[in-house]
Amino acid sequence: MYDPTVARLTYRALLGRRRAAILFLLPGLLLIIAAAVRAINGADDQVAADLLGGFALATMVPLIGVIAGTGAIGPEIDDGSIVYLLSKPVKRPTIIITKLIVAIAVTMAFSAVPTLIAGFILNGNGQQVAVAYTVAALVASIAYSALFLLLGTISRHAVVIGLVYALVWEALFGSLIAGARTLSVQQWALALAEKVTGEGLISSDVALPTATVLLVVVTLGATWFAGHKLRTLTLAGEE
Amino acid sequence: MSTPAPEAAPDTTRIHNIGYRSYDGPRLGRSYARRSLFSQSLRGAYGLGRSAKSKVLPMLLFGVMCAPALIIVAISVYTKADELFVEYTQYAVLLQLVIAVYLASQAPQSVSRDLRFRTVPLYFSRPIERVDYVLAKYGAMASALFILTASPLLILWIGSMLAKMDFVEQAKLFGQGLVSVAVLSVLFSGVGLVMAALTPRRGFGVAAVIAVLTITYGAVSTLQGISYATENTGAVPWLGLFSPLTLVIGLQNAFLGAPASFPGEVPVGAGAGVVYLVVILGLIAACYGILMARYRKVGL
Repeated sequence: MYDPTVARLTYRALLGRRRAAILFLLPGLLLIIAAAVRAINGADDQVAADLLGGFALATMVPLIGVIAGTGAIGPEIDDGSIVYLLSKPVKRPTIIITKLIVAIAVTMAFSAVPTLIAGFILNGNGQQVAVAYTVAALVASIAYSALFLLLGTISRHAVVIGLVYALVWEALFGSLIAGARTLSVQQWALALAEKVTGEGLISSDVALPTATVLLVVVTLGATWFAGHKLRTLTLAGEE
Repeated sequence: MSTPAPEAAPDTTRIHNIGYRSYDGPRLGRSYARRSLFSQSLRGAYGLGRSAKSKVLPMLLFGVMCAPALIIVAISVYTKADELFVEYTQYAVLLQLVIAVYLASQAPQSVSRDLRFRTVPLYFSRPIERVDYVLAKYGAMASALFILTASPLLILWIGSMLAKMDFVEQAKLFGQGLVSVAVLSVLFSGVGLVMAALTPRRGFGVAAVIAVLTITYGAVSTLQGISYATENTGAVPWLGLFSPLTLVIGLQNAFLGAPASFPGEVPVGAGAGVVYLVVILGLIAACYGILMARYRKVGL
């Protein structure tokens, strides 16, 4: 179910040339802000939780998830070079799973690791804040990658749709309408983070069992459907 | 049978004049080509002249942009309020995500595809220069953004007259709002086009534009909030210099009668306002310079 050649090509597509620069930009910014806050403000658990929750988990993880998830397959479908991959004797679900693993690895590397470092910079992992948000970022990476990989196979506007979901649905509607929070990857990941640290700075609106079930269902469902979609892919010309 | 003698050849081959003629009609020239490129890019930014599928997104975003203005007008007329409960200058700030998504979806389609399919040399085989191409694309993107951001203000203004608000005051506020969104359009389209021109792959271009606009705004707001919370209010206006949207917010706060909307309602004074103006003009000039440099060698 894992094809090293496909994985190597996907890594190259995601991290080759200037593209890695975008991916380094966001974590770099997080670390700079964390250092600045620590320098201005000193260590403060609440500020650390706000910054990691508001910037790292709510903005950075979804953005990197969109870039990695859709970037793993979208450009290939867009310029039609996916046919060379599809014509090889590799199963379509294998292609999807390999690309998903790569996307998850990239998202984790560029979001969870900086979150952990930023957490330690901010307050030296006081009250387990850094570890909790890292766990949340790891979990969210998996779900976001699966979701956005699926989007990449469905639509050529995958990046825009993914960003609208991440920024408008989760951030805007999530803060206005309580019901929208139940259907938000971020809240599911927070539920797990809450479990890790216990009651305190991090709270989620979704109960842990619900969150776990939804996470697993969304990840597996999106992966299966992406594989299915790739089997019946029609290539359209440029608009 | 024998082949014809070589001596026969000069008699049978001859160059025919098949009537090619050189073009001696009017030549429309450089300014016409520039105008065409401008209008095609502007139409393309709303999907006009492209497939039905590519009309969906810009038209949808245009609708989303205008819908709140209609609702505000309806409520204002119904309750006979004597002023709109959203300021003209605040409208674009409230709907910044819609503007960012619009720019992120349309800036790459305007420039990235020309780069990726290597059609840029074809443009330059026409009588246009590099500066014409950059100006046409930049102008078209800025005009498209201006249409997107000014239309809801126009709806608000018409609504304010329907609700019989004070004409002179509303006209003044409307004018200030228009100047503010004009600055925003030119600044944002410059940033968007630079990001799109540097990343020929459409998906990365979209993500890069969104990242530059929203991440910097989020980061600046967070830092402003923290420096306000730590009694460090002097730093708040200066932090605003580091993201496109807070630049516009600060400028309209200083010169265009907009209320202070940084954390803690810290106002931007006239002195800081001048710095904001200089930074905005510098950024626009820098975007133009980067675009000119980008197209110096492209595809040739």
